[in-house]
Amino acid sequence: MSEAEFLHERCEVADNIRDVIIVGSGPAGYTAAIYAARAQLEPLVFEGSQFGGALMTTTDVENFPGFRDGIMGPDLMEQMRGQASRFGAELRAEDVEVIDLKSDVKTVTVNGQQYSSRAVILAMGAAPRYLHVPGEQRLLGHGVSSCATCDGFFFRDQDIAVIGGGDSAMEEATFLTRFARSVTIIHRREEFRASKIMLTRAQTNEKIRFMTNRVIDEVLGDSTVTGVQLTNTVSGQHEELPVTGVFVAIGHEPRSELVRDQVAVDDHGYVQTLLPSTATSVDGVFAAGDLVDRNYRQAVTAAGTGCAAAIDAERWLADLAHEEAERLAPAATGS
Amino acid sequence: MGANTVTVTDQSFAEDVLKSDKLVLVDFWATWCGPCRMVAPVLEEIAAEHAERITVAKLDIDKNPAAARDYGVLSIPTMILFQGGQPVKQIVGAKPKAALLNDLADFL
Repeated sequence: MSEAEFLHERCEVADNIRDVIIVGSGPAGYTAAIYAARAQLEPLVFEGSQFGGALMTTTDVENFPGFRDGIMGPDLMEQMRGQASRFGAELRAEDVEVIDLKSDVKTVTVNGQQYSSRAVILAMGAAPRYLHVPGEQRLLGHGVSSCATCDGFFFRDQDIAVIGGGDSAMEEATFLTRFARSVTIIHRREEFRASKIMLTRAQTNEKIRFMTNRVIDEVLGDSTVTGVQLTNTVSGQHEELPVTGVFVAIGHEPRSELVRDQVAVDDHGYVQTLLPSTATSVDGVFAAGDLVDRNYRQAVTAAGTGCAAAIDAERWLADLAHEEAERLAPAATGS
Repeated sequence: MGANTVTVTDQSFAEDVLKSDKLVLVDFWATWCGPCRMVAPVLEEIAAEHAERITVAKLDIDKNPAAARDYGVLSIPTMILFQGGQPVKQIVGAKPKAALLNDLADFL
């Protein structure tokens, strides 16, 4: 080989090191995957064994723009997934065990196997807290819901229950009075965690009643919710409340356990981003969807930030490549 | 390895490279990489000719992924010069001997 050919010959270490890995498979993760794939970044997406995100547990989605007649949650996620796949995203329905963001080359461990990338998009979402009582999971999407904004519309003129004692519960209950005939807020203690203003707003609402010192034993109903079984924690008595909707409003838990000690998070564990960018406190790491957003928590806002994260990642990678080229360029004139 | 270069691993890296009194030029390579094989004899010569100033250490990245990752090695051959435990120069891509010596001139 002549000296000219010899010069700067090198091999890429991978195949191994990808441009971007996306962790998460809700609207944020899939939208990021679509944009990253279309930008030729060949994204590797770890969807989790329970892929699709929060929309998998809803039935009709009527507020995602573009679907005039509504669409079933799982169908919408299937479409998004297919779209990502169509443009070349590599989708793996596997759970991530470790995420290491400490070096320039980040790694994600799945089934003991390590995958490396220069950029990472975090889109793990937030898990609604559930009561973990019989009937709750079975009737999820059939009267049991964790999102008033999403599902309230379907409970017009019905008697429904909202479980919880914080601002979420007050807000959801108040919102639901637009549709429901009655809303009963059920809380396990006497005192409410909610702020004074939210509590007062709920208390002065004619449609809202309160049942305190009650815990839910079971959600009742065969194909749809017909009521809840309660225990009065003071008297020990069992009661049954006939309702056709149960909204669990005991909060959300952002799924940031794997990264909480590596990227900046707020007091509740939500990943912080440098708005309007999706950049986190770690260079090359971007975050989108409910993992970041506790304000809106809608599919379309998650999709929006997923898109932004892919664009942010693409630009960051382009800058990185440019820097590397500049670093090597002076040597090209050598010898 | 060659007569004049030493083999270094993820386990021995701290001891052999970071704690060395001499300059250590770590050559990140792999068996499947042609350019790495091209530059190997050149490194042997440099190691022999400047033995009192510099140690040339070879690290197989397939067997030692940790060091490659720690120093952000994305293409090979990458040669990183360590002084007092710190990386002070990074050279990427195969080069003829004269070019390499030029890169190392400030240190040798």
